[in-house]
Amino acid sequence: MTHLGFVAAAYGLALVVGAGFAVDAWLRVGRARRRLEAIDPRRNRERVL
Amino acid sequence: MGAVDSSSSSPVARSLHRFANPGRFLRISGRVLPFVAIPALVLTLGGLAWGLFFAPADYQQGDAVRIIYIHVPSAWLASGGYLALAVCAVLSLVWRHPLADLAAVEIGPVGAAFTALCLATGSLWGKPMWGAWWVWDARLTSVLVLFFLYLGHIALVRAFDDPTRGYRAGAILALVGVVNLPVIKFSVDWWNTLHQPATLSVSGAPSMHVDMLWPLLVCILGFSLGFAAIVMARLRAAVMERRIRGLLLAGAQGA
Repeated sequence: MTHLGFVAAAYGLALVVGAGFAVDAWLRVGRARRRLEAIDPRRNRERVL
Repeated sequence: MGAVDSSSSSPVARSLHRFANPGRFLRISGRVLPFVAIPALVLTLGGLAWGLFFAPADYQQGDAVRIIYIHVPSAWLASGGYLALAVCAVLSLVWRHPLADLAAVEIGPVGAAFTALCLATGSLWGKPMWGAWWVWDARLTSVLVLFFLYLGHIALVRAFDDPTRGYRAGAILALVGVVNLPVIKFSVDWWNTLHQPATLSVSGAPSMHVDMLWPLLVCILGFSLGFAAIVMARLRAAVMERRIRGLLLAGAQGA
């Protein structure tokens, strides 16, 4: 493969950016959901979050 | 400055506000998110693998052409994300849509990251093809301006103690900056640029071989769904965090 270093760097960057944002969003939703379930007085009737 | 009274507003505003209820948004987005995120993952990984291992190399560019499977979807999302930011600005300023401000705050960093990815991958392609990491070409410069607009928006919406003032300032910046989008799109036609003209167009035939076109289209679709899934998940978190802050504030005031 020609220009291997450039191609590998581009694909590596894309994976880091995409995976980074996806994992961050997933963890943030989980944290917020747990926190909300712990303090929300409506938690017993709103399990659909 | 409160929300529009939906009982006396236009059908458009009533329809928008029906889907603006945070509880309803969380319910609907919770059901929709897997149907966006899973195809996004499959299409993105499939498209990238197709482009990297199975698509043909270019007769002039060699394997460096494979960088377009990241560069073009990132460029599309850089502009598309900013357009979404401008739509949120209109929804916020005109209809006082309660989720539009939160959506704009969450779109900003994701759009900025994809713009940075577009610039970085363009640079990685430019070095072996043009012999330079960067040239002050109209297309490259206008995308760099777009990146700075994203950074400005990110900073502005977080710069005020009163979040609503930050949201308003950010919405105005988003609307002013939208003038840069046609400049990006038509820069390769208006000026004599080193960057090549558009590969894909709505009216004309694509200027690339079909064996390269299909993985590119799969990547564009996968990246777009991934962008939507990430923004939707971030917006769900933001809505829940706002409710947590409200509950904590109510608890503190009641104590």
